[in-house]
Amino acid sequence: MSELALTLLRFAFLGLLWVFVLITVWALRRDLRMPADVRPERTTRTRAPKPAKPPRVPRGKKVKGTRLVITEGPLTGTEIPLDGAQITLGRAPDSTIVVDDDYASSRHARIYESEGVWMVEDLGSTNGTWLARARITTPAVIPLNISIRVGRTTLQMQK
Amino acid sequence: MTALRRQPTRRWVELMLLVFAWGLGVLGTLQVGAATGEGTPSRLWITVAVVGGLALLMHVAVSIWARYADPILLPVATLLTILGLIMIYRIDVATARRAELNDSPLPTPDVYAQLTWFAIAVILFIALLVLLPDHRRLQRYTYTFGLIGLVLLVLPLAPVIGTTVNGATLWVRVAGFSFQPAEMAKIFLTIFFAGYLVVTRDSLALVRTKVLGIDLPRLKDLGPILIAWLVSLGVLVFERDLGTSLLFFGLFVSMLYIATQRRSWLFIGGVLFLAGAYAAYQLFSHVQSRVTIWLDPFAYSDAGGYQIVQSLYGLANGGMLGAGLGQGFPNLVPFANTDFIFSALGEELGVTGLFAILMLYALLVERGFRTAVTVRDGFGQLLAAGLSITFALQVFVIVGGVTGLIPLTGLTTPFLSYGGSSLIANWIIVALLLRMSDRARRPEVPVIAMDEAATQVVRL
Repeated sequence: MSELALTLLRFAFLGLLWVFVLITVWALRRDLRMPADVRPERTTRTRAPKPAKPPRVPRGKKVKGTRLVITEGPLTGTEIPLDGAQITLGRAPDSTIVVDDDYASSRHARIYESEGVWMVEDLGSTNGTWLARARITTPAVIPLNISIRVGRTTLQMQK
Repeated sequence: MTALRRQPTRRWVELMLLVFAWGLGVLGTLQVGAATGEGTPSRLWITVAVVGGLALLMHVAVSIWARYADPILLPVATLLTILGLIMIYRIDVATARRAELNDSPLPTPDVYAQLTWFAIAVILFIALLVLLPDHRRLQRYTYTFGLIGLVLLVLPLAPVIGTTVNGATLWVRVAGFSFQPAEMAKIFLTIFFAGYLVVTRDSLALVRTKVLGIDLPRLKDLGPILIAWLVSLGVLVFERDLGTSLLFFGLFVSMLYIATQRRSWLFIGGVLFLAGAYAAYQLFSHVQSRVTIWLDPFAYSDAGGYQIVQSLYGLANGGMLGAGLGQGFPNLVPFANTDFIFSALGEELGVTGLFAILMLYALLVERGFRTAVTVRDGFGQLLAAGLSITFALQVFVIVGGVTGLIPLTGLTTPFLSYGGSSLIANWIIVALLLRMSDRARRPEVPVIAMDEAATQVVRL
């Protein structure tokens, strides 16, 4: 084969190698726009565009409760006073509420006070933490008497 | 239930890129044939067809068993494998030429062996996608995998089956087959690290004291990192395998950092690494010689530095645009198709080609990290991140080694190097990443087996 043809072939190969790389990058650029692909990272508390509506907090009602009551699950009836300390839920034996159930993760969720309201945050659990009927992806304010579900356990904040 | 939003699977992007990668393979093979005057032996056309068939098979398998998986991972890994095959073939041609000149018997070509390994890798790749519908199952066997990984890591030291090749004890020979167990060990250990760290990360993230702006962990939490450090030092001392030792410790420290988000682990890891490296340098002659060669390879060009010097000459000969496939002298470097395949590619494709290859690795790692960010469970996050890190570390260590940036260590170049253990292990990693990205991007159908009907799905 002639020298010229070889040189052309050589540049064609290098060029096409880069075309492959660039096409791939272009495909990624489109990928970035896919809404379902965009999820907030686990612990960084960047506020992603609000997912659906967190349960609306009724206006005028004082939302600060004084205790957590477990309404469903093996621990039904247990009450935990809310005194400002963080409450963790999960299967790990050192959680505040040890949820002994196959549908809960070892560090499932936490409930904490922030700026005068109580918030619930999912800690990257497998099956999710559900507030009312929505799975939460960012920390959400807990309204009074609304069910929070972790695995098979349901709890509510009450006055 | 509200209608599921239709999630594009983007399988056609994957197919298109695979066809592109295959086309590049055909072009490269033609070029080697034309430049070396070998023509294209009919056997090579079969090879090209087989590679195409294998790639198509993987695409079909992914379309069936991991429909929503990332469309980039598979083509990128395939292209890297194809580039490796081209280079191995090209080096085969060169060694055959040289044998002809010396009137020595013709060596068996390696490219067909590598192709066989690729076929086995594809079978295992598909088997993994079929048999493992959910990566979270792996978490159940965290400690079993940890044990298997450790056993594999020390297996080359076992009497009878362990073999020492070129000073490093990292091979195992059983019934005529030899393999490097460390390659598989890295997968098992990554699973173990992920499973272990996802459970313990909260306590490992606890802070005791702050020194010079660095949050130091509690003393009792130093146990795991010290064990990892001792094991990797053990690998270095007893197996004389610098690369695996570095990969293993680097992987653990990076995963610890990702799991706990505490920079102090990187700091502690760095200090331990420096201490270990210094001690090893003082105590062991093989480490010393590696370092002396690294500092001035040209002073030892006819002794231990021969490989690196030849590799650097090769890269210099390649220059910006490369000598062209089939037009360099890549076989002058010993182990051109394993340890030094990157410099062989550098000679014939030039810096332009090398950067394209590095971009491919970067894309692979990026997709892995992306999977880690999107996957929905902590175990999966750590596993995807860890597996991506093995690629990144391995490429850094070997590319840094052959270019003289860091002391040379014998690690394989993922997908490119000749060798079955490495190729199979890396393809299994790709399969795992695809499995996880499929999980992460699949439209969510709740898997919660709640017995009450009260739980309804609300699309977010």
